[in-house]
Amino acid sequence: MFSGEPAQWMWEGFCTTMQISIISLICAMILGIVICVLRMTPFKPLQWFSLAFTEFFRNTPLLVQIFFWYNASYFVIPTVINDWMNDLYYWFPGPFSLFGHEFVGEWMLFNVELIMGIIALTVYTAAFIAEEIRAGIFSIPKNQLEASRAVGLSFLQGYRYVILPQALRIVIPPLISQALNLIKNSSLVMVLGVTDLMYQASQIESYHAMPFEAFTVALLIYLAISLVVSLCINLYNKHFMIQVMY
Amino acid sequence: MHWDIVYNNFDYFLYGNTSLDWHFPFLHNPEGLVASVILAIFGIFGAFWLGLAAGLMRLSRNKWVKVPSVCYIEMIRGMPLLLLIFWFYYLAPVITGQNMPAFSTTMICFVVFTGAYVAEIVRAGVVALPKGQMEAARSTGLSHAQAMQLIILPQALRNMIPSFVNQFVSLTKDTSLAAILGVIELTRTGVQVDNREMVASFEIWIAIAGLYFMICYILTSYSRRLEAQLSRYQARNR
Repeated sequence: MFSGEPAQWMWEGFCTTMQISIISLICAMILGIVICVLRMTPFKPLQWFSLAFTEFFRNTPLLVQIFFWYNASYFVIPTVINDWMNDLYYWFPGPFSLFGHEFVGEWMLFNVELIMGIIALTVYTAAFIAEEIRAGIFSIPKNQLEASRAVGLSFLQGYRYVILPQALRIVIPPLISQALNLIKNSSLVMVLGVTDLMYQASQIESYHAMPFEAFTVALLIYLAISLVVSLCINLYNKHFMIQVMY
Repeated sequence: MHWDIVYNNFDYFLYGNTSLDWHFPFLHNPEGLVASVILAIFGIFGAFWLGLAAGLMRLSRNKWVKVPSVCYIEMIRGMPLLLLIFWFYYLAPVITGQNMPAFSTTMICFVVFTGAYVAEIVRAGVVALPKGQMEAARSTGLSHAQAMQLIILPQALRNMIPSFVNQFVSLTKDTSLAAILGVIELTRTGVQVDNREMVASFEIWIAIAGLYFMICYILTSYSRRLEAQLSRYQARNR
């Protein structure tokens, strides 16, 4: 299990999982912030859009969303973009190295399965992130903003210097646990055939007939990731958590 | 658009080939939305008792009681549900010595997985109660177990109801993972009809997502209302 083909497959799977997770996390943060800002604009239709977005994507299973993006979006996306995405696979062939490992053959990053998986994970996580950020900002009493306006700060300055420094302290721990959830959820993209950690584990199960070893190693890797992340949360809480006085 | 395909297969999405009977299991061969709901309800029912036990064990001061429960909770919370399902799918025949249907396998996995999350809810609910409650109960002469059973848990469990409903919602979403093992629940019926018809993917997946959304959204808004109602009666530190 720890040498030869299985080890190499597991390592490739781990790299793919991390690639998917990191790309979707960055995109989800951006999208989540945009959705959250839309929710706070005074323009009603934008608020409704943002509300509908968060409610819909939070209340449907990720697996259904993945199937939706992969199977069904083909029928609504324009043909040009579909063709372009299907050709991407041939655009980035050849060896490349990542973390000192040589990937020969194809770059998994750009095929339509992986793109759709990343889109599904991004949208799903963005809905949760938007809700977390909104909850964090709303937990700061409104009179703080009023007081900062009274002192003479502008609206943006009030947010920049008074609201956000307090809100970020509240928001960041749940955001880190969302990132952890994202890494765990990324195992679902195996249903599309993206060769992530779970997929490689089930490959090893089929090829080498080692179900327990394969899934236990995958389990240990996921556990290690989550333990490291929760250690980060604890360290963060110890350093930055101060009692906010209301 | 081919909404007629969704319309024609809608009964299949709802109950598949489920058959009703007046004898013991009553429902034979549950499929479609019925199977999803059954998985979710039985899952949350089992997870409640497992989580209650694990959560109370975690609060214990005895090391031999506490450590196993901490290991269980942290391990389950650190791994994806899909991994647990696969793991147990291969483990179960080795333990029991016979084949286990995918339906029971996934049900046990949902119980074990959700149990860890419920345990955290239970722990948070008990810890959130003011310390004075326990002290007052002990000072009237109740033992620790009696105080837990008669004073702490009734209050804590009532405050936990919204979190339980939220957990039920996320379990309902998680039941879609049973489709990967081939249990014919709502997602799987969607895959089947999609593969058979091939032209109506968009409509089918919108319909499936809409069915899940209906259940989950109703429960979520119910839990929000409950939370607002219950927070009035909560015992607080003074």
